[in-house]
Amino acid sequence: MADTVQGFSNVRRTRFWQKGFLASQSAYVLAALIVIIAIMALLSPNFLTPGNIANITRNFSFIAIATLGITLVIITGGIDLSVGSTMALSATVTSLVLSGLAGAAIALFPGGALILAVLAGLATAAAIGFANGFAVAKLKLSPFVTTLGTLSIVRGLTYVATYGRGAFPTGPDKDLFIAVTAGRLFDLIPISFIYLLILAIAMYLALHHTAWGRYVFAIGGNESAGRLTGVPVDRVKIQVYMLCSLAAGFNGIIISGWLGSAPANLATAYELTIIAAAVIGGANLAGGVGGAAGAIIGCVLIEVIRNGLVLARVDPYWQQTLVGCIIVAAVLVDRLRSLRNG
Amino acid sequence: MSLLELHGVSKEFGAIRALHDVSFSVRPGEIVGLMGDNGAGKSTLVKIVSGIYPPSAGHLSFEGSDAHIASPAEARRLGIETVYQDLALADNLTAAANIFLGRELKYNVGPFRFLRHNAMNARAAELFAELKSETRSDDLVKQMSGGQRQAVAIARTRLADAKLILMDEPTAAISVRQVAEVLSLIHRLKEAGIAVILISHRMPDVFAVCERIIVMRRGNKVADKPIGETSPEEVTALITGAKEAA
Ligand SMILES: Nc1ncnc2c1ncn2[C@@H]1O[C@H](COP(=O)(O)OP(=O)(O)O)[C@@H](O)[C@H]1O
Ligand SMILES: [Mg+2]
Repeated sequence: MADTVQGFSNVRRTRFWQKGFLASQSAYVLAALIVIIAIMALLSPNFLTPGNIANITRNFSFIAIATLGITLVIITGGIDLSVGSTMALSATVTSLVLSGLAGAAIALFPGGALILAVLAGLATAAAIGFANGFAVAKLKLSPFVTTLGTLSIVRGLTYVATYGRGAFPTGPDKDLFIAVTAGRLFDLIPISFIYLLILAIAMYLALHHTAWGRYVFAIGGNESAGRLTGVPVDRVKIQVYMLCSLAAGFNGIIISGWLGSAPANLATAYELTIIAAAVIGGANLAGGVGGAAGAIIGCVLIEVIRNGLVLARVDPYWQQTLVGCIIVAAVLVDRLRSLRNG
Repeated sequence: MSLLELHGVSKEFGAIRALHDVSFSVRPGEIVGLMGDNGAGKSTLVKIVSGIYPPSAGHLSFEGSDAHIASPAEARRLGIETVYQDLALADNLTAAANIFLGRELKYNVGPFRFLRHNAMNARAAELFAELKSETRSDDLVKQMSGGQRQAVAIARTRLADAKLILMDEPTAAISVRQVAEVLSLIHRLKEAGIAVILISHRMPDVFAVCERIIVMRRGNKVADKPIGETSPEEVTALITGAKEAA
């Protein structure tokens, strides 16, 4: 049979629905999300009220920035379990530096202490990310085990730094700190949502319109092919882990602004929700697949379900069970679809 | 003058001696066949020339001067391109993205450098047309047939003006018709003055296109002869060890 001969001309065309966003799990989950929102709006008159929408946007921003970061790591085929701890330590360092500078008699321009404090918090996160990335890329340690170690190390350091009591932002820049983390733009849009949008757009551009983004995908798709073709695999991996930690650290600082404090147990076990959101949004733990839109869709879905259950007065203990079911359902749908497309 | 020379190149992986004291040279525009059983060290040799591994001993020269090829990027700068045995393609990227992987076309916007998607797709389409492949630039490699994947790996070597192309079993996974395409491509490369080192298990292919044949056995070079002075029977005996050396 002539058809079984594979020539250079034996072309199997990829149809438009088999590639790009339309072919991604993110698109399916987005469709599911829209259906869920429609059902909830029908069932509960309180669901689509401005107050509740603001609530949802605020709550999913609790994890969404960190989810963007971990999505990068997951695309390269890695994982970072230390994001929750990193959120806590960055927030703690920021609060400690802010309070410390208030106590020290250094004359700083207004906001100077805040800038230094946030930089210190982010530098802490960057250091954690560098350690993770170095261990994974250069020492070839397993990302799971390495970051399981950092999860514990960093949480331990957070307790040590404050004797377990947590830290509180104080000083002249405190109000400014609260305003730039927990504030609202035009009294409406949570400012953290603006940060999220800016970072998501930056991530989209980096992933799809720069060579660096190509390398991130190539490492997840076929790391050894990347090495053979001259992709700086180790450098990109370290950068990706650093960006993940920075996103987590920034997210942690924002949370401490909302809470008005950085308790030592801040964001405990958040890594599980964050990974769940990334996976529901279409990031594939096997590597090579994922994106900014998916990360946000995953976070929104989790928060909408949680919010809907609260409005429906369902026992909150059911939330976790349901989120687990959604994770399995999302990857199952993706699996069935890829079986069908071969 | 020789294009590429290897002088006493050896390579050890721990206790495994993959190459032992291998020397040979390739002239510009010459087509050299490299044959040997599995594990003879052919792929290791290719990876040393293309900058993946440093040799444990010995040295290389390229165009008459000492070459320390420390990375794939450096090999490309010298004009050495490679089709790797497993093709080295990222399944989750498009054909064009794979072809340009590691040397993307970009434009500047302030401090940022963005990809020139259209230019890369157009150039990839040209390369596929040259190879008489109907592969489309923006199709994902994941959904391609073996032949199309091969075309992508070969198209990658045609991106820059190469002086030497290493092909590690480029015809191992493709059909008879496609093999003919690859062989005619090799002929065209020769006409353009490009040297090729062809690794293949297929005796007829090697005898069809190569001017010289080098046989490896267990990391040693056991023969290096013009094609006219040897025969498939002799080469087979050299590969299996029935004949020690020639
Ligand atoms: N990265 C590596 N690490 C350890 N051993 C290797 C590596 N690459 C090749 N080898 C060994 O070197 C020898 C030659 O392998 P190779 O060059 O792939 O042979 P060929 O391509 O001729 O089949 C084999 O014994 C192989 O197992
Ligand atoms: Mg081989």
